[in-house]
Amino acid sequence: MKRVYLDYAATTPTHPDVVTAMLPYLNDTFGNPSSIHSFGQEAKGAIEEARETIAALIGAKNDEIVFTSGGTEADNFAIKGVAYANEHRGNHIITNSIEHHAVIEPLKFLERRGFKVTYLPVDQYGMVDPQGVRKAVSEKTILISVMHANNEIGTIEPIAEIGRIAKEMGVYFHTDAAQTIGHIPIKVNELGVDLLAISAHKLYGPKGVGALYVRKGTKVAPFMHGGEQERRRRASTENVPGIVGFGKAMQIAQNEMGTEAERLTLLRGGLIEGLLERIDDIQLNGHPRKRLPNNVNVSVQFVEGESMLLNLDMEGIAASTGSACSSSSLEPSHVLLALGLPHEQAHGSLRFTLGRETTEEEIERVLEVLPPIVAKLRSMSPLLKSRV
Amino acid sequence: MAPNIRSLYSEKVMEHFKNPRNVGEIENPDGTGHVGNPVCGDIMELYIRVNDGVITDAKFKTFGCGAAIATSSMVTEMVKGKTIEEALEISNHAVAEALDGLPPIKMHCSVLAEEALKSAIDDYLNNSQGMDLESE
Ligand code: FES
Repeated sequence: MKRVYLDYAATTPTHPDVVTAMLPYLNDTFGNPSSIHSFGQEAKGAIEEARETIAALIGAKNDEIVFTSGGTEADNFAIKGVAYANEHRGNHIITNSIEHHAVIEPLKFLERRGFKVTYLPVDQYGMVDPQGVRKAVSEKTILISVMHANNEIGTIEPIAEIGRIAKEMGVYFHTDAAQTIGHIPIKVNELGVDLLAISAHKLYGPKGVGALYVRKGTKVAPFMHGGEQERRRRASTENVPGIVGFGKAMQIAQNEMGTEAERLTLLRGGLIEGLLERIDDIQLNGHPRKRLPNNVNVSVQFVEGESMLLNLDMEGIAASTGSACSSSSLEPSHVLLALGLPHEQAHGSLRFTLGRETTEEEIERVLEVLPPIVAKLRSMSPLLKSRV
Repeated sequence: MAPNIRSLYSEKVMEHFKNPRNVGEIENPDGTGHVGNPVCGDIMELYIRVNDGVITDAKFKTFGCGAAIATSSMVTEMVKGKTIEEALEISNHAVAEALDGLPPIKMHCSVLAEEALKSAIDDYLNNSQGMDLESE
């Protein structure tokens, strides 16, 4: 049975050209970029080339890119870095209720240390209201953090608008762009962000590498203290193969972004339409139009997500769910609850995220396989009966 | 095949998940248990038919994860043919064991199955108060 992978938002397979580009740096070109001999300088050159590529693609300067171990580190770096470096100016940070844990958890950490955090609500589609951001700003506000697009429901936030407000109010603005980088166009000046977190493995690059864009002049405390790497902002010997792979992945993504986004939007539409048509009592979560080209998130009523996932997995189809049963905290997805979904509907959520290898046949396969799974589970569900 | 989410669960669990026994309701049951899982919010209903103090039939409906479905299925199998006293002895550990074990994070689902059974038996005892059972 050919397996169908529809969990690209979790991670993507590494592009073969990325692997090829990385290989020399796992073999002969092994030098430490901090060494002044030729071995080191070869590695250094490769890193700087990747930095240049990435900077150019997001409209940044080379020295505004700091490589990290991934998106989570980049978010932590941005949030704690701004908090620690600007404590004397204020202790208030504004975010919203559907951020990734990589943003929420460092904020909670700061709250325990005396910072104040405002979690703005979102509307039924997961949209943050820019005017709500404006109203929340006080004299103490040092940072606004709003994700570019949500990883669960795919909603794309009005970042440029919030960016204008942040600039007007003189507050730093951070966005977690892990889900959008390489998938939709990003220019830091158009978005008006001061900090932007990205990760390689969501765009067919390797795991364990990411970057933080830091606008020149932004006061950020270093994330790691040690050597002089990354202009003293992030000590530690660079992940040379990873960084090279990241650069290559960005290049490929840039070339293919337009056509790929168009292709995925069509497939996405087909999947959403098919699901709504073939299954009763099902609803789309997230924004109908302002959403990532590859994201489908639905709530199937009266059934639980993990049992749907297990059944799909038996058919070779990989997806994900916001159900409490499948999370180690046994809490349903905070994103779905923030949309105002009742507990049972968060329970019955399914996310399919499409990517490079996704074909029409695969979408058709899901549409064939899922309705009988839902019917079977509904026949066991005590919720269905109590409605009738 | 490579490991996957199914390898979270034993073969027995997967077998009961794929082919759950005793799904459905009993018409005019002698006892009904309806319990919600305080941990993750799932729901289980269990129905029993009792003749002369012996459980002759049991059925369930469950809204929950793979482990919840498998434990519901297993507990309905285990109670059939047992006296009320014997059925009350069935613990969530016994159900989990009969399924060749559950991952630690899923043990609470087997607690739900035990509670559904207890609640169905309580319901039966209430319904038949003083009829055919002495109280202890
Ligand atoms: S029923 Fe929710 S984890 Fe088992």
